[in-house]
Amino acid sequence: MSKKTNKPIFLFVAKDKEPLFSKKNRALLTDPLDDNNPITVQVLGICSALAITVQLEPAIVMTISVIAVMGASNVIVSLLRNLIPNRIRIIVQLVVVASMVILVDQILRAYAYDVSKQLSIFIGLIITNCIVMGRLEAFALGNGVWKSLLDGVGNAAGYGFMLILVAFFRELFGSGNLYGYQIIPESFYEMGYVNNGFMLLSPMALITVGVIIWLQRARNRKLIEKG
Amino acid sequence: MNRDSNAYTFGFAAAMVVVVASVLAFTASSLKDFQQENVRKEKMQNILATIGIEIDRDGAEVLFNEYITSQLALRNDGTVDESVDPFSGIKLALELKKEPTQQRFPLYLADVQGASYYIIPLRGAGLWDAIWGYIALESDRNTIKGAVFDHKAETAGLGAEITQQWFMDRFVGEKVFDNDGKLVGISVSKTNNDPKDLDKNDHEVDAISGATITGDGISDMIIERLTHYQPYLEQTQTTTTVAANM
Repeated sequence: MSKKTNKPIFLFVAKDKEPLFSKKNRALLTDPLDDNNPITVQVLGICSALAITVQLEPAIVMTISVIAVMGASNVIVSLLRNLIPNRIRIIVQLVVVASMVILVDQILRAYAYDVSKQLSIFIGLIITNCIVMGRLEAFALGNGVWKSLLDGVGNAAGYGFMLILVAFFRELFGSGNLYGYQIIPESFYEMGYVNNGFMLLSPMALITVGVIIWLQRARNRKLIEKG
Repeated sequence: MNRDSNAYTFGFAAAMVVVVASVLAFTASSLKDFQQENVRKEKMQNILATIGIEIDRDGAEVLFNEYITSQLALRNDGTVDESVDPFSGIKLALELKKEPTQQRFPLYLADVQGASYYIIPLRGAGLWDAIWGYIALESDRNTIKGAVFDHKAETAGLGAEITQQWFMDRFVGEKVFDNDGKLVGISVSKTNNDPKDLDKNDHEVDAISGATITGDGISDMIIERLTHYQPYLEQTQTTTTVAANM
């Protein structure tokens, strides 16, 4: 828990002498992309990663939605961190996340109706995405607004990066398309190439994530657990 | 200020609820028009899909006005009620709860290159919540031209498969009246021994494994809703169409 300050919280950033994109702040944004990736290193948010990675488009919309939800809720909780009663802080976090998710859902329904139908319950399930609550509890409650924003966006981007990567391979090998456009030329199919229908099923998402974890650890050896 | 006191905790919770409720209510009401517009166009899109016209949502309205020649609000006895707007004035979910004499059911008549179709909206119950759709009959008022289904909360991968094209295509060519002119509807069957749906006179389509209740819901929905239209459909149905099916 941070010490209670008498400074107005809105000025926290300005009073802080640290530059906006100092090395430490940049790390908040970039760490979750690799060293501390929510999916491949912390193994959080796997269920939605399995469900919405059949095609690129929903994966990208989900990424944008999660970035919006995590950025906004991290900022709100960080703004309120000196006001939130300790005993109901989890409830408050849930309410903040749930309202953000409903806002996103309403906006998608108005402006991206087809995608919202496709994502259906998974937008609602952002609420239960452990990454979101985890960052609120572990970071936003104890850090300033700017840092919380970076942390939220960074973690959501790390999650989304994996989502898009998995969706890329699943759509390419499962349907021969990328973003709905045919990539594998017709002549391949005439020569006997067949789309791998297994890629469209959830187990292949898990295997794809597994392969990514393997490659990531082969490249970045400090992630390998000792023991 | 003691952040751990009961009064503070209750006060904070109360203020939070009021703020959150206002923000969400404001958003919902300001986006409502856009959302309803999407739903309205999707309805047109679905109606057109039953007669084989695939169009994106934005283009649906133009083609809807082009191909749908008339829209009728029918009473249970088959007469037309001119005072009701069939497209926007009838909500099937509410209509089904009314007294039979008060019920009005929409019927859309379409004309595509000289062929006429009768498009009937459906609504029934799946496993978890409502299912609905549209079914188009050819000019013999018996053979199915096409069907579209949708659902609110059926299980993904099982009941939710009713929205897949391969399932909806199974209904094409099936007949809703039997050879004696009796309304039998279409049964989603687990025992029809015709997995490719080649037999178009058996009034059955092959069910989806693991979606028994949703499938039964579809069978019930088709026969129940068609019953309302039976007087209208039979008004001009000649014996020749029945004979043709023999």
